[in-house]
Amino acid sequence: MRAVTWQGRHKISVETVPDPEIVNPRDAILRVTSTAICGSDLHLYDGYIPGMRAGDIVGHEFMGEVVETGASSTLKRGQRVVVPFTISCGQCFFCEKQQFSACDNANPAETRDASELLMGHAMGAAFGYAHLTGGYAGGQAEYVRVPYSDVGPVVIPDDLADDDVLFLSDILPTGWQAAVNADIEPGDTVAVWGCGPVGLFTIQSALLLGAGRVIAIDHFPTRLALARKYGAEILDYTQVDVREALDEMTGGIGPDACIDCVGMESHGFTADNILDQVKVKMLSASERIHALRQAILACRKGGRLSIPGVYGGFADKFPLGQLMEKGLTVKSGQTHVQRYTGELLDMVRDGKFDMVSLISHHAPLEDAADMYRHWHDEQNLYTKIVLKPGLKKGAIEGRQEMAHA
Amino acid sequence: MSRRTKPLSDPLLLAAAGAGIAALATGAALWQRRRQARAPDDAPIATDAPHWTLGKPSARALFGKSVLVNRPRAELYAAWTPERFPEFMENVVAVEDLGGDVSRWTIKGPAGRDVTLVNRISEREENASINWQSMPASDIANSGEVRFVDAPAGRGTYVSLILAYDPPAGKAGRLAAKLLQREPEVQARRDLHRFKQLMETGEVTSNASPSARPSEAATEPHF
Repeated sequence: MRAVTWQGRHKISVETVPDPEIVNPRDAILRVTSTAICGSDLHLYDGYIPGMRAGDIVGHEFMGEVVETGASSTLKRGQRVVVPFTISCGQCFFCEKQQFSACDNANPAETRDASELLMGHAMGAAFGYAHLTGGYAGGQAEYVRVPYSDVGPVVIPDDLADDDVLFLSDILPTGWQAAVNADIEPGDTVAVWGCGPVGLFTIQSALLLGAGRVIAIDHFPTRLALARKYGAEILDYTQVDVREALDEMTGGIGPDACIDCVGMESHGFTADNILDQVKVKMLSASERIHALRQAILACRKGGRLSIPGVYGGFADKFPLGQLMEKGLTVKSGQTHVQRYTGELLDMVRDGKFDMVSLISHHAPLEDAADMYRHWHDEQNLYTKIVLKPGLKKGAIEGRQEMAHA
Repeated sequence: MSRRTKPLSDPLLLAAAGAGIAALATGAALWQRRRQARAPDDAPIATDAPHWTLGKPSARALFGKSVLVNRPRAELYAAWTPERFPEFMENVVAVEDLGGDVSRWTIKGPAGRDVTLVNRISEREENASINWQSMPASDIANSGEVRFVDAPAGRGTYVSLILAYDPPAGKAGRLAAKLLQREPEVQARRDLHRFKQLMETGEVTSNASPSARPSEAATEPHF
């Protein structure tokens, strides 16, 4: 089959690789019909995630048709399913508590050791995201093996198109959990840093959960326009002092909840690398580190801080005293996707979310290398890319060609 | 399933890493011995740490590890039988019952050599613990205990494994084996986790999947 592979920093290539096979009884094999490139794929692209090996198949946002099932799978051939990016067994202590991204079984015995050393406890597992999180092949491919297929995959009714449901795999539940973690009370003012796909779903989720107003912060005009379309007031941080603006918009007290949908490019995990990476980042004055610090200083006293943004290691100049003295509540973590997919699918069917207008491009799998480059370099024009293994090379559809434009 | 150790396959790199670790280990052992020499023999142990995590002055390697398994104690006790060991002990090729609670194990050792263990179950407490002791015919002298204790709040069972063994070819051999990931301690820790996977999910977790590396098959785990 053809698959998108990571070959090194800023090196993505589409290669012919062996087809996946059923290995365990609960497995299923999908024929992938749609697969998106995620913001966190850029951390791999930029080489910030340790434990990647040249030749790894990437991609953790995907859906497709079931073509083969193991003896204990509950799926049927021909079913259309969306697959959560987190691989979760459903039966360990953590899965029973619905903390699916902390699953204690999905990360194999061989790959647990390194992440246990780095994080204190072994991380859960994910598709297409380095060997620290299990080393599973990803879904930016024609076919993919899905472990624990009786627990994760969401069966999709025929009347919903791929674009309507694909983001149940990651960014919709991630935006939803980001808003849930902000413990929003009716009428709250919620500030959201970052209007990438997760930020855009966080804005929609916060309003659905009762926020009185959402203020979104970014600097790309297209992304800010989408934020406004979804109901947020917008701040371009290149034009204003964000903290001053937030104070002035809230009578001087600051937002009730602040949500960091930026994250920082994950830093190296190895002891020698961590310090270097942090220093490099600090010297380059990356505003990405700045976002979390700014969110803490901007938040009202006794307010809430939710961090869906991805962080990898140690941070420098973290305003711990400000966090403590202001009495903020912090919630964070990788998304417990399987906890939310049922209710979110119902909400999608009821038309509660705009699922499609953030998609800027449909592209063939074969053009993945170019698409990664665009996703990295042209974030104003490229707001979400969906790869379609079925399309012929070069058959790229931009926003203006798509039906929803 | 085959184990791959590509990153350490260069013999020079392996030797250099081994020498470095050996120097560190020797230093640490000397420091430990000196530290313990200062403490009077009858000094009370001011700690609640499990005994196998305390100082280890002897040459015998001692290993202990506990894991939470979300299944009832009796079920886990029943599953811990030599016939099922090859299901979750990755390097155990075969276990042969010799009768009288004695079994002969064939395991994959360092450098592709097979190692034979002959172990006898020395004590058994129904649904609680199993102890074993190796027989003189065993290639590696070893003894150990696996204990099953109810975890609080309906969380299942704490499974604790204690393993003591004489490393073949002494400390150097142990380090070399560790680098090749064939060291009993590494194996035991991973096998214990595979037991948890098998008991909780009905299968041993595998990341087997395709890649663009021609040397790897889609049906074999890789790391």
